[in-house]
Amino acid sequence: MHAEDAARGAAERVARGAYGRLVAYLAYRWGDVAAAEDALADALVRALTAWPAAGVPDSPEAWLMTAAKNRLLEAARHARVRADPAVAVLFEEEAMPEAPDFPDDRLQLLFVCAHPSIDAALHTPLMLQTVLGFDAARIGEAFLVAPASMGQRLSRAKAKLREARIPFEVPGRDELAPRIDAVCAAIYAAYGRAWEDPSGRDAGSGELAGEAIYLARLLVHLAPGEPEPRGLLALMLHCEARRDARRSDEGEYVPLSAQDTARWSAPMLDEAEAQLSEAAIAHRPGRFQLEAAIQSAHAQRRLTGETPWPAIALLYRALAAVAPSIGAQVAHAAAEAECRGPDAGLALLDAVAPERVADYQPYWAVRAHLAAQAGRADAADAYRRAAGLAEDPAIRRFLQRRLDAICTE
Amino acid sequence: MQYMLIMRETPAAAAQRNDPAQAPAYWGAWMAYVQAVHQSGTFVSGAGLELAGATLRLRDGKRQVQDGPFADAKEQLGGFFVMELQTLDAALEWAARSPAAAWGSVEVRPVMPPPPQG
Repeated sequence: MHAEDAARGAAERVARGAYGRLVAYLAYRWGDVAAAEDALADALVRALTAWPAAGVPDSPEAWLMTAAKNRLLEAARHARVRADPAVAVLFEEEAMPEAPDFPDDRLQLLFVCAHPSIDAALHTPLMLQTVLGFDAARIGEAFLVAPASMGQRLSRAKAKLREARIPFEVPGRDELAPRIDAVCAAIYAAYGRAWEDPSGRDAGSGELAGEAIYLARLLVHLAPGEPEPRGLLALMLHCEARRDARRSDEGEYVPLSAQDTARWSAPMLDEAEAQLSEAAIAHRPGRFQLEAAIQSAHAQRRLTGETPWPAIALLYRALAAVAPSIGAQVAHAAAEAECRGPDAGLALLDAVAPERVADYQPYWAVRAHLAAQAGRADAADAYRRAAGLAEDPAIRRFLQRRLDAICTE
Repeated sequence: MQYMLIMRETPAAAAQRNDPAQAPAYWGAWMAYVQAVHQSGTFVSGAGLELAGATLRLRDGKRQVQDGPFADAKEQLGGFFVMELQTLDAALEWAARSPAAAWGSVEVRPVMPPPPQG
């Protein structure tokens, strides 16, 4: 029993730390992400049988790699039609590299997962599965997709990667920036899902947030000269630093302006600032650096006691020019309202096409807040709509209290 | 495509309906959701259901009538919506926004197309 526990523990540690590297290495050489994943899964199962009796090998990664490689070769021998014989030969001839010295191909794997020929909605799920080893059910939970549908979509995407022979490569200079952006966007989407998670401090969402930050650190490590991954990392660290402050001790929602800055994580904020400064050296601003700069401005309240709203409004204007999005438009309206009064913010909200916000909760929350400040009669309607669109019960209760307050005034 | 969102609530959640201390928050949450659904332009039909009622079965030609829904049910049917939505994903988004998601469960089922006429 003890040997089994030790073996399981070792297998889990290796899977956690080296899963993406092993998949990337095998998929790169085999040209088939799905086959690489299956082979590695098989190797992990074999490890659980072999290790309790024989002991955990000195280099578990190398053991798993050999087992997975053998599995791929076996499959290739059984299905000669499917596998390219030339690949198999190359594979066999290649000397077994000693872990952990085998090349780290995860950057190539990230680029493949966020390849323009793959549906953008699948970039993040593919990354979570191939680099981090999440199963379809967990990814489905994060993205509110039925597990069976998510499984099918992932299989189809991997079949497409194989059939279209999407190359495992780091794009050339001309193509690098947009491809890095796609990787960053996919990582941020994972974080966004964790951020929206109803319970906020729920173990599962905290874990997904941690994985997104892990991927951003990995991207910074693999492409150190690129500023946007640093911007992304800074942005997520800023948000993560405030996680505990988003809820009162009673579990109620606390809006940013009312958060106790002492509950923000100082080490995370310091790291975020350091990453953002490092990014600025490249003199290539972008969406994520701007978003991180906005969060950095909010974080100034920790030191000065004041939020620099004019700077934030200016940054949102710049962001809308670089990367227009409904979220940026709504946040810009909120910032302008802080500078120039609720009517200025409402005017910006009025400019958004109604069909774009039919189910966009933040629009109605900001609209309700500004309409209430302006003493407008339609505030109650907006509060109710914002509450009705809220997924998080704590946010729903918060909006309901605001609604009750203006109704009794 | 139409989807039915079937709202189920635990007995404790459903009891909020008639508890003077909890009823305002309970109904407030539902009113907000109903309004958001209507204003999104996806509403086809729907209703909240009273909890009391009766269940009938015909067994070996013999009628069996029982008070209320299944007596041993962990969650009871509280209401339903039929919505016009593009995908099951979109239907799950609306399910997640429903107060019943936290108070019980929301089952999402595609509505069958009407049978061919003539």
